[in-house]
Amino acid sequence: MIAPFVKVQREDFELQTEIDRLTDGRRDIGAVVTFSGLCRDEGGTLGALELEHYPGMAEAEIDRIAKLAIERFELLGLTAIHRYGKIAPGENIVLVIAAAPHRQAAFDGANFVMDFLKTSAPFWKKEHGKDGTQGSWVSAKDADDAARAKWAGNK
Amino acid sequence: MTKLVYFAWVRERIGKAEEEISLPADVVTVGDLLSHLKGLGEEYEAALQFPQAIRVAINMEHAEHDELIAGAREIGLFPPMTGG
Repeated sequence: MIAPFVKVQREDFELQTEIDRLTDGRRDIGAVVTFSGLCRDEGGTLGALELEHYPGMAEAEIDRIAKLAIERFELLGLTAIHRYGKIAPGENIVLVIAAAPHRQAAFDGANFVMDFLKTSAPFWKKEHGKDGTQGSWVSAKDADDAARAKWAGNK
Repeated sequence: MTKLVYFAWVRERIGKAEEEISLPADVVTVGDLLSHLKGLGEEYEAALQFPQAIRVAINMEHAEHDELIAGAREIGLFPPMTGG
């Protein structure tokens, strides 16, 4: 089984660089799906998001999820990068790239990783207002748990 | 001694990121740990007011509230995750 490429970092990432890292020299990949999550400005009110993580556990948990996806969807490559620290509107937060022989497995793999990452990787978001006020911690959503649960029954 | 680490609003309410504490012998499960900590002072009570909302990791792996904490080197306490 191939090993996923997993990073938890403060720095930004570059989509094309990461796609190249996954596909360079390969002739067996027929589909690459990339998902990137960006920081929204929430209608112009948000100044920044502060991403806190549990060092060590965050990497281990994403790695565990990534390996599940590779096995389940028979992926040929998987990259998952999650940033931490202060992130301004318009900036990247998370990147998932899934490579497979065909598109459905690549779409499903990326989707699966995001659904599990959101509910079980130890990251927390705090909102900071544009006016400099320190806002509240973002609450977990039931919809995210439901999205994760849908993977339980079907293969 | 057991190392406890706190994150997000649990960390803010308790007022520290980590600490080493010795646990009484009758603290056996994750649930016991949460009720024990809750009795340690106002800041702990504020953080752990609704224990069912607290997620726990033993040695960096998710743990249910009925799990045993025997042999834990590090226990993490935090709110439900909101990354991604």
